[in-house]
Amino acid sequence: MSGIRDVIIVGSGPAGLTAAIYTGRANMVPLVIEGEPSSTGDQPGGQLMLTSDVENYPGFVDGIMGPDLMGTFRAQAARFGAEIVTAKVSRVDLTSRPFSVWTNGDSTGEPTFQGRSLIIATGARALMLGLPAEQQLLGRGLSTCATCDGFFFRERAIGVVGGGDSAIEEALFLTKFAKSVTVIHRRKELRASKIMQDRAFRNPKIEFRWDSMVTEILGNGSVSGVRLRDVTSGEESTLDLGGLFVAIGHAPNTDLFRGQLDMDPNGYITTHDGTRTSVEGVFASGDVQDSVYRQAVTAAGSGCMAAIDAERWLEATAHAAEQAQSQS
Amino acid sequence: MPPNIVTLSDSNFDEEIKSSEEAVLVDFWAEWCGPCKMVAPILQEIATEQEGQLRIGKLNIDENLETARRFEVMSIPTLILFRDGEPQLRIIGAKGKGQLLQELQSVL
Repeated sequence: MSGIRDVIIVGSGPAGLTAAIYTGRANMVPLVIEGEPSSTGDQPGGQLMLTSDVENYPGFVDGIMGPDLMGTFRAQAARFGAEIVTAKVSRVDLTSRPFSVWTNGDSTGEPTFQGRSLIIATGARALMLGLPAEQQLLGRGLSTCATCDGFFFRERAIGVVGGGDSAIEEALFLTKFAKSVTVIHRRKELRASKIMQDRAFRNPKIEFRWDSMVTEILGNGSVSGVRLRDVTSGEESTLDLGGLFVAIGHAPNTDLFRGQLDMDPNGYITTHDGTRTSVEGVFASGDVQDSVYRQAVTAAGSGCMAAIDAERWLEATAHAAEQAQSQS
Repeated sequence: MPPNIVTLSDSNFDEEIKSSEEAVLVDFWAEWCGPCKMVAPILQEIATEQEGQLRIGKLNIDENLETARRFEVMSIPTLILFRDGEPQLRIIGAKGKGQLLQELQSVL
């Protein structure tokens, strides 16, 4: 372990890296623990690493690729002195200050890092259906990343489960390759934004199966279809598919902090007065504390807030310590 | 780039895999795949560390779809380890270095 850091940032999506840019510019030499590569949204760069065109991040008139955008965030953070470590946090201890962090499977012994303040920006991950065949078929026709895998489904009939923005984005993207795309949604209307809905309804390759739930993924070796249940009539049916993409929502990556920080019933970290959590000196930003907006730009904005909150808190505690010393 | 990283294509694939004395770990990747970009530098490191024992083969699936189809690659990154020309191990999805080495160790 190399000394106690002013600030440790856990996570490296838009929230974590914006916090790194701001704390870096404030000469706090932030340590960013960016995570480990994976094919889920829980990886360095976060969920944007799994997207293609980002059209709504201000400043990019013609849009930008998600991984390219995160590359620029990272380079900008490094430019201001952020130290970025590729590792996954395995345990945190927030019960005493400085806060302790262990990485890469360690959870006992000397902590890997210690920090006077901590900014949590671990984001959220895509939910799976929770069906038995899911693990065997993942990467074999079942995918949570259309931009990674869509290419392999040329001229096939594909299903997309979900009705929000990410489901519709995936469905539209997949029409570039697929013969047809069937959106399977358990309600009878979409949750996606108006512009995405319009695009989906206008696209001749996209069909909808409303009020439908996937009860089973079929396939021996690779996906061949799904069993559906109509949630209103209870009727069961089979739909033949050459691939299935799941985009049914997100869960926050907060297992690490369970029992140490206040959370809402869905596991999102609760914040007050900006980005403060229930433990003084610990701040949370981005999707890990936001189940409402969940945008790259809102995550970046709250990462900036966490940086400023952490900087001011550190100054105030240092000042209070000095005063206490001069009075004694 | 380390000398034990080779660029594979539909036309040289069989020859490169079969003629190799070392095991070959083939990385099925594409330019547009974010997780592939995360794995690439890790594979470079592994190539350097395991020189003489392992070669890394890079196969761009955009340009070499035939080989990707032949090995039923349906998700990238996919890594397939070949020994004596035969596939021995398949790793689907991006992984950290520690986990990759652990999975490779069972076969190497």
